Amino acid sequence: MSHIELFLETMQSTLRDVIPIAAVLVGFQLFVLRQRIAHVWRVLRGFIYVLLGLALFLMGLEEAIFPLGEVMAAQLTNPAFLYGELYQEGITVLEAVSWQDYTWVYVFAFAIGLATTLAEPSLIAVGMKAQQVSGGAISAWGLRLAVSFGVAAGVALGCFRIVTGTDLWLYIVVAYVVVILQTLRAPKMIIPLAYDSGGVTTSTVTVPLLAALGLGLAATIPGRSPLIDGFGLIAFASVFPIMSVMGYAQISRWLEKRRHAEKGGEDAF
Amino acid sequence: MRNLLSQLRPLFEAARDLTPIILVILFFQELVLKQPIPNMQEMLTGLVMVLLGLALFVRGLEIGLFPLGESMAFAFAKKGNVFWLLLFAFLLGFGTTVAEPALIAVVGKAAEIAAQGGVIDATAEAMDGYANGLRMTVALSVGIAIVLGVLRILKGWPLHFCIIGGYFVVVIMTYFAPDEIIGIAYDSGGVTTSTITVPLVTALGVGLASSIRGRNPMLDGFGLIAFASLLPMIFVMLFGILTV
Repeated sequence: MSHIELFLETMQSTLRDVIPIAAVLVGFQLFVLRQRIAHVWRVLRGFIYVLLGLALFLMGLEEAIFPLGEVMAAQLTNPAFLYGELYQEGITVLEAVSWQDYTWVYVFAFAIGLATTLAEPSLIAVGMKAQQVSGGAISAWGLRLAVSFGVAAGVALGCFRIVTGTDLWLYIVVAYVVVILQTLRAPKMIIPLAYDSGGVTTSTVTVPLLAALGLGLAATIPGRSPLIDGFGLIAFASVFPIMSVMGYAQISRWLEKRRHAEKGGEDAF
Repeated sequence: MRNLLSQLRPLFEAARDLTPIILVILFFQELVLKQPIPNMQEMLTGLVMVLLGLALFVRGLEIGLFPLGESMAFAFAKKGNVFWLLLFAFLLGFGTTVAEPALIAVVGKAAEIAAQGGVIDATAEAMDGYANGLRMTVALSVGIAIVLGVLRILKGWPLHFCIIGGYFVVVIMTYFAPDEIIGIAYDSGGVTTSTITVPLVTALGVGLASSIRGRNPMLDGFGLIAFASLLPMIFVMLFGILTV
């Protein structure tokens, strides 16, 4: 019974999110464009699918994935797990930590960044569109992999930053410089898509998990404050995919060129 | 039979997309943390819901939101009324961001931490005011960002100049903004674009770019979300400078 109640509740909040958008769409269609909506029933069915799907999805996340993610973030940052032997000897407060102590945290950050981004609904949507618009030159799957690896690397590095307590802006400024340099060399076609992929990576699935991980780390590591160090993981997850998507395009162009060069060489002889 | 299989396709794809998450969790639980999974039963029902939800969502996008967004973009391009188009863009950005659950969660957390750090008074009123201020700032900036992005598509400005220019503004603002706001400002760029906004905005951008002569959907159609990730950073730092 409680499942049904929870579902209705989630449905309600999803509806609240969707209604303003639906109102804008329908309002403009009818009063500004003064057109009938083509295939009304099909569109309506699509809306209902989106609504139901999102509600189910969010509820499932709430029920299963988030609690587990939070428990795991807490367990991984727990001193008892991190310094097992020292902890058993009775040392519970450490003066200083070295970044190597947190290897499993980086591995977890990488793995969970990769996995959640692959399942991100908005990235799936953008991938579908990109494949269609580019006529298949960019595959939806390739784009999603590139973005996911970017997020994974970004989140792992972001955890390293929290552990070492270095300034966030330093990393971001360096990342911007890399993005600018890449922009000058990358294939023109990929640039807008790469810039967009920074924004779509972090939404429904990733944000709460990353926030829990970052604040958990900042709260348990001696000398770190949640206020200064806890935020910033999402920023990493937004900048790194830009690099990895441009990198993906650069590498595939380079491979293509090399293949052509080899073929060309054979032809010449 | 074939029809049935094609109906089930989104379900298979959703299963494929979720497998990595399950593998990661199992790996860490079994081999690293060596602790049993709590509430296996609930986990499994949750996973089935996520699976069904993702499949339905993708199918709904394909038949409903994408075609609608595109047909609206075509209609706007044909009608040629820039004012209404820009108003539509603003409302789409603002309306979807105000309701964004991820944003509500992050600003709440930010207000709590700002109160603990003594940046604002530790009263419920001050915290609500701060959280609301942040939320409105971000929503406003996303609305303006989508307007700017649509203007860019209409005018054909090269995207990378806009974004690189924006980066410079972010870096300069970082220098002036109070330390406590920087992390939140940088993060707010990423949380603004929601699961429903992204597909709609993408459909709008690509639709506009493909219906305006001389524009390439690949070069000009994408990039709206990039604006929506950049502007909130600048606006939130400005908010920090003005309120502290």
